[in-house]
Formats: sequence, structure tokens, C-alpha cells
Amino acid sequence: MAKVKGLRCRECGRDYPVEPIHVCEFCFGPLEVVYDYEEIRKSISREKIEKGPKSLWRYVDLLPVENPTVGLTAGFTPLKKAEKLGEVLGLRNLYIKDDSVNHPTLSFKDRVVSVAISKAKEFGFDTAACASTGNLANSVAAHCAQAGLSCYVFIPANLETQKIFGSLVFNPTVVAVEGTYDDVNRLCSEIANDQGWAFVNINIRPYYAEGSKTLAFEVVEQLGWRAPDAVVAPAASGSLYTKIWKGLKELKEVGLIDSVNTRMCGAQAEGCSPIAQAWKEGRDFIKPVRPSTIAKSIAIGNPADGIYALQTTRESGGDWETATDEEIIEGMKLLAETEGIFTETAGGTTIAVLKKLAQRGAFDPDEVVVAYITGNGYKTLEVLDGHLSEPVRIQATLKDFKEKVLARV
Amino acid sequence: MAVTVRVPTPLRRLTDGQGEVEVDAKTVREAIEKLEEQYPGFKERLLDENGELRRFVNLYLNDEDIRFLKGADTELKDGDVLSIVPAIAGGM
Repeated sequence: MAKVKGLRCRECGRDYPVEPIHVCEFCFGPLEVVYDYEEIRKSISREKIEKGPKSLWRYVDLLPVENPTVGLTAGFTPLKKAEKLGEVLGLRNLYIKDDSVNHPTLSFKDRVVSVAISKAKEFGFDTAACASTGNLANSVAAHCAQAGLSCYVFIPANLETQKIFGSLVFNPTVVAVEGTYDDVNRLCSEIANDQGWAFVNINIRPYYAEGSKTLAFEVVEQLGWRAPDAVVAPAASGSLYTKIWKGLKELKEVGLIDSVNTRMCGAQAEGCSPIAQAWKEGRDFIKPVRPSTIAKSIAIGNPADGIYALQTTRESGGDWETATDEEIIEGMKLLAETEGIFTETAGGTTIAVLKKLAQRGAFDPDEVVVAYITGNGYKTLEVLDGHLSEPVRIQATLKDFKEKVLARV
Repeated sequence: MAVTVRVPTPLRRLTDGQGEVEVDAKTVREAIEKLEEQYPGFKERLLDENGELRRFVNLYLNDEDIRFLKGADTELKDGDVLSIVPAIAGGM
């Protein structure tokens, strides 16, 4: 593996070989993939990438997989100039990175999972598993079906019904655990010790997490090879948020762009905002919380990458904001009504936070601002119950149509 | 108090590959001291220079995070199960 040097502990710097391991034996710090950027720089170019597949695999030179075999259609989602939403918020260069239409399971998770399952195949695993708030479970189940791997997904028992069906249809073993995501995660960490499975977000995590960098790569390419001035991204564990930053810096490192002056803004639901709270209180450590929010896909009370997310914010000159459940619903409706994009609660959180930041002058009106929409609203329909207008019910008569529909206006 | 300690994969080199070991201790802090006596190397991996639990280590007493209890001073009773779990896992 010429492009990948190995794994390295982010805390103490100890080196490890490319194996299905995720924590340092000495300090329990997270292991990260280390690349040989000098080697990559020699062969990578904008032209080569532009001629590559219309998927995240056009950036394979910066991903820890040699031969992608699974998830070949993931990524390369639309970057939409948000004219109407921009007008509402007073932003002339606002863009939506729309992973609500990622393939095959309609969330950004298809990026990380296509990398994770391709890597699991390289390692020779026959079974894959994950702890999930729903989207990851959907994606792991779908990619295991593609890859012919046995699959176990572990979810909190109170998940939205649509998200449970969205896993079951691929016929994995779905284990619904009584408890929060953090309980599920802790259980899975212990199961992972002994089962010999590829747990995508546990022992495969160093590779899996790298997939999120493609959210940065694509946006830069789609903007004509420039980094945005600011981004707003949702944070649960903080992994996606920190990997977008890593991706931007890597593009500069390998010479594809000259500079990165992007301010990284993070969005959390008020009912589960351990990272945003730490930021506001000026702490460099995270106090775990017990989640209470409708934004279940980002309800992680004990965020693994929380401290790195805080580092990213400091390094990039970014900021944090939170959104209440009510504001999250309003955010979902605002994006739908202005841009025709139906996102789930995590996206509602992002839009609500984007709005708050814009209102307090966090962005210059001409700056290029990118909001990351990471999931699809059709998976969490039930949260909108009671928040939308009712259909106008009529008899099949012109009289009823005129009286009840036209007369409404 | 006889307590079972569940050991995660990265620490099993210290326990000759055992996933569960027994210690006799009245508090979580004492359990860590006893682990160190029986399997040298545990303490420096679990605690930092100030004797605090490393930030990437989670300890669960019978499935409850000890940070939601009394931390290292949490008392133990016979038959308790103390799980050492790496904090790094999961997430978006």
C-alpha cells in the first residue's frame, strides 16, 4: 500500500500497521490513517479526478482502500446554489450539499460505509455489523447485501419506524436495544471484542471515518476547485465535522488547492449538544449528556470525536449553535419550501443553525457558505405529524372544488 | 468485594488474553490498584499523570457510566461487573 503508511494514535503518536483495530493499546486514543502525501502528490491531479468515476471513488487516491468493490455508486451528490434560501437569510453565495439523495440509502452514511465495507472485504471478513441511530444501519444493511456479507445492525429500540423498515428490507439481523445510542454503542464495543466481525464504526472506524472527507473533496471540486469561506455541518460524535476539515487540509497538502480559509461551524440539537455546550463554556473537554431531542440521528450524548471537533473549531475560527426541537422542524420546512429539498431532523438542525448564525452576522453576505444536508426527510416522516397543513378534503364535484379549494385564498 | 472486570481487546496482552478477570476491591479506584498489582501496566493505561481516568477510557459499573455515579470513588459490592470500554466508537 504505497499511499497509506499505516495507522497512528492521534493522542500519543504511536504507529500501528493497517489492521482492523481502532484504539491505541497504551492510551486508548483513536487511531487514524496516515498517508504518504508526497507520494500521492506525484500522481494526483484535478484532470485525473475529473476523468474518474461519478462517485466518491474519484478520490480513491486519498482513501484507505486499494480496490473498491462495494458501494461503487455512493457520493458525487448535487451541490445546489440555494438562491431562495439565500435570499431569506441574506446570503448571496449559499450552497446546499445535498446528501439526502446519496445512493443507495439516502444519507451521507453511504460514503463511510462504502469505504468501510470495501475495507472489510480487503481484510477478509465475512460478517459486518454496526451500532446505529438508523441511517448507518440502513447503509450497512444495503452494502452487506451488495457484498454478500452477513450483517448485524444494533439500534436503539425507540427509532423512527421508517428507519427500522429501511434496514429490515435488506434482511440483516436487526437488534433493537432498550436504551439510548450510547448504550447501544457501549454494548457493541464489548461485543466487538470477541465476535471477529467487522464493526464498521468500531474496529473498522479508522477507515470508515475517512469516507466523510469526500464531503469536502466534492464541494471543493464542485465550486471550481476552491474551499468555501464557511461551512455548517451537523455533529453527533463530531467525526463528520472533523473529517470535512481534514479533507480540506489534505487537498492543500497534495497541491490541488492553494489555500484553506474555511470557518467550520457545527450544528447540534439543543436536547443533545455536548460539543456546542463545551464550546460556549470555553471548555476543551466534553461532559457527556443524556439526549432528549427529536433529532435522533444526531442524538449521541458521549461524542467520541468531541474534543477533536473543538480543536477543529479553534483551528478554523469557526463557531457552534444549537436548535430546539421546534426550530429543527421549522428548519426542515424552510429548506423544503425554499429549495425543494426534504431533509430529516439532522438537516433541520443544520438549517436552523445556519439561520441563527446568519442572523447574528457570522457570515459576510458575499461569502461562499456551504450547508451540509446529510439525510433524507422521507425516513423520519412521523416527526412532522401535527406540524404541517392538512389536505383539503372535498367531494368529487366542481362545486366543492370552487367552494373549498379556490375560496380558501 | 469480589468484582468481575471485563477487559477490552487492546488490554488483553496484559491479561494473557483473558477477557474477564476477578479483583477484590471496595471502590473503582481500588479496583484499578488491584488490577495493577495482578497485571502490571493497567494503571498507566487507565489513569493519566494526575490519577484521573484517561479521557478515552469509559468505565461502566453494571452498565452504568461511572461518570454518572461517583466516578473513581464509586463503591463496589460483591458480584458487580466493571467494564473497561474504549471511548472511541460509533457516530456521525
